[in-house]
Amino acid sequence: MNILFFTLILLLGAYLAGLAGSLTGLGGGVVIIPLLTLGFHVDIRYAIGAALVASIATSSGSASAYVKEGITNVRLGMFLEIATTTGAVIGAILAIYTPVNIVAILFGVMLIFSAAMTLRKKHETALTEGSKLSYALKLNSSYPTREGIVDYKLKNIGGGFSIMTIAGVLSGLLGIGSGALKVLAMDSAMRVPFRVSTTTSNFMVGVTAAASAVVYLQRGYIDPGIAFPVIIGVLAGAFTGAKLLMKINVKWLKIIFCAAITLIAINMIYNGIQHKF
Amino acid sequence: MEKIKKVTDRDIQQLIGQVLRYGVLISGAVAIIGGIWYLFQHGSAIPHYTTFNGEPAGYTSLNGILKGLGQGSATEIIQLGVVILIATPILRIVFSLLAFILEKDKLYVLITLIVLSIILFSMFGGLKI
Repeated sequence: MNILFFTLILLLGAYLAGLAGSLTGLGGGVVIIPLLTLGFHVDIRYAIGAALVASIATSSGSASAYVKEGITNVRLGMFLEIATTTGAVIGAILAIYTPVNIVAILFGVMLIFSAAMTLRKKHETALTEGSKLSYALKLNSSYPTREGIVDYKLKNIGGGFSIMTIAGVLSGLLGIGSGALKVLAMDSAMRVPFRVSTTTSNFMVGVTAAASAVVYLQRGYIDPGIAFPVIIGVLAGAFTGAKLLMKINVKWLKIIFCAAITLIAINMIYNGIQHKF
Repeated sequence: MEKIKKVTDRDIQQLIGQVLRYGVLISGAVAIIGGIWYLFQHGSAIPHYTTFNGEPAGYTSLNGILKGLGQGSATEIIQLGVVILIATPILRIVFSLLAFILEKDKLYVLITLIVLSIILFSMFGGLKI
């Protein structure tokens, strides 16, 4: 297999990863790591570098549209980025001391958790009374829906902030966006309405991933030969996904995709335990 | 001369959207140019990714990348695209900072500065090891 062939297959794989990631809301990074390690036997450290790049590409690409629509809560995102970037830096430091097979096992566990989170029922109701801190930090806001502008208030800011720190650590350690944990923090703890929490989470992924990507770039995890098909493929896939999302019902697609990544996750965990990385 | 427009959240959102969009488009374009050139130069070689060697200095520091660009090396053009991509969300923070300053939101100027310092620490803090 020469580089031309490798590049073309990787381009196709990254395109499908970006497409699936944007249709299901899981992001491009989660599919890139198993694709590279299990599919191409690429060392997991190169895969992590590529996944970080893919996460930044999908986040920035789709956030540009959501932010303009006014759904994203920019203040909330900025405030919680203190937690996620701190976590990401800790994760990037921990990565030096974590054996690669442990990284693979953690990644598998995270993948299963992400799949479960995607299928979980979400609450869309907005709180009318927020906690003291939510007012002090100006985190309460409003967002446009079909029925007009909806106001919402937040609670349990401390709880959300703590989960965000963990999301950041995992993002820095595994090279993924940790979108599922970010949504958990906002949706379950702080009671941010679902549409706002998904778009704000996506908005934050870019900054979180950038915080650890600057370290990984200097460590030599990001290889140009892998990075360029991944960036182009994931971006094109995410773009197609965003267009398709308006037209098709993704319910079944989500179930199939979640079943598929659960199998991949088990594979990653098994290989991790067998020290195959 | 009282026509100085008050900066609103809406303006900030539009600006952030633009920064993200152009950052991604430019980095994608640079990566495509470097990538096609790379395939011309190395397309028939064999990939070596099963073992991790770490990348040479040319790909891991801005100086190295700029030097490679001067020599017309395709891999460094791709890395420039990667650097632009990583810089995009960081630039987004810088623009948010300016916007919060114009909006006179002291609390969020402080919060944004904290986030920016963490990223700068990550960049220059010698975490590379």
